[in-house]
Amino acid sequence: MKWFWYASPQTFYPVAGHIARWCAAAAALLAAAGLYVGFFVAPTDAQQGEAYRIIFIHVPAAWMSMFLYVVMALWAALGLALNTRLSGMMASALAPTGALFTFIALWTGSLWGRPTWGTYWVWDARLTSELVLLFLYLGFMALQAAIDDPRRADRAGAVLAIVGVVNIPIIHYSVVWWNTLHQGASVSVTRAPTMAATMLTGMLLMALAFWMYSIAVSLVRVRCIIRERGSS
Amino acid sequence: MFAAARCVVYRDLLLALRRRSDVATALLFFVIVTSLFPLGIGAEPNLLRAIAPGVIWVSALLSSLLSLRRLFEADHDDGTLEQMLLGAAPLGVVAAAKAFAHWLVSGLPIAVIAPLIALQYDLAAQLFGVLALSLLLGTPVLSLIGAIGAALTLGLRGGGVLLSLLVLPLYVPVLIIGAGAVEMAAAGLGGGGQLLLLAAMLVVAAAFAPWAISAGLRISLE
Repeated sequence: MKWFWYASPQTFYPVAGHIARWCAAAAALLAAAGLYVGFFVAPTDAQQGEAYRIIFIHVPAAWMSMFLYVVMALWAALGLALNTRLSGMMASALAPTGALFTFIALWTGSLWGRPTWGTYWVWDARLTSELVLLFLYLGFMALQAAIDDPRRADRAGAVLAIVGVVNIPIIHYSVVWWNTLHQGASVSVTRAPTMAATMLTGMLLMALAFWMYSIAVSLVRVRCIIRERGSS
Repeated sequence: MFAAARCVVYRDLLLALRRRSDVATALLFFVIVTSLFPLGIGAEPNLLRAIAPGVIWVSALLSSLLSLRRLFEADHDDGTLEQMLLGAAPLGVVAAAKAFAHWLVSGLPIAVIAPLIALQYDLAAQLFGVLALSLLLGTPVLSLIGAIGAALTLGLRGGGVLLSLLVLPLYVPVLIIGAGAVEMAAAGLGGGGQLLLLAAMLVVAAAFAPWAISAGLRISLE
């Protein structure tokens, strides 16, 4: 079994450097392509005018914010189950990027909401769950920051991340039943999207760019963590 | 197993009885916070009636949070907790028993006294039952989730603020559904569905939280 070969920080460190470099380049190219499609190729929306173009940032950021929490919890669970050092490092490396995307999704959402809904903030279900998600990320980071022993920090953070990931659907549905104003999802796997193909292309390009960015940044961060812990 | 649980609950209750002021403080906090809202917002009866469920629930949440620090701290300081970890009784049972004792001391009194506060807010009398029931079902969930946070932050500097940062986002569903039950009942729609949801949350939390609590305790004490 070669699966665990790269689980050791020493062997993972150079590989992470290579992957990070390629992913960063891919992120730059994809983002350039995605932004070009989003700003110059995609048609103006009939109802929302030019303001809708912020969704090329907003929607991929919102996707990533939720997806990264799940990935983080997966790494955390892996670290608890197999007791590998690298898993905990990956979880703590992913958290700031996830929090960043959550913040971007909230920020761009409120900028989009001003011309479209006429208000920066509404207590709508998706906005509220996204806000709670931001709090969950910040709680995870605060807990890890408060613990000096890195092993304990990893394991405590892992328990919190798993509890959080179990709670996310509960939080989401409780908030949905509580209040809903946000428009329904325009993109879903099961039915044809209700938007122009070029818009979808731009959005998917941006989503890919954010993927690559997340991988690159978290790998760079995990390299920093490996170095920090290696010296102590 | 049940003997161990009974023992822990009995012991925690006895300790709480010996230090009655701690119990009274959390309850008093609840009463004071709920009386602050009319002072800040204004005493217009329609407004008070509308915000009553939310205010009572938020105050219950904060009051439960306030007493969470004590859940494991004293036992941690004098080494009792380590003995519990080493003991023959499963740690999950001990953890669940401690959370239950915490609820008996902090959640139950709030559920009992809440109708009195509701009276101050001019809430209709037929809603008192729903309010008390929602608190009876919801506050144990708060104790169970809070115990996870208390276990994880055991012995950390700045633990109190950190604990609230970890636990409050996880309290959100309980708050929404709990206050929602009273609001639905007030709107004449019946709070039955919400109460059932709260009961479901309680069952899920009672089943899974003890695992997370004991995992947290083991991590904090290794």
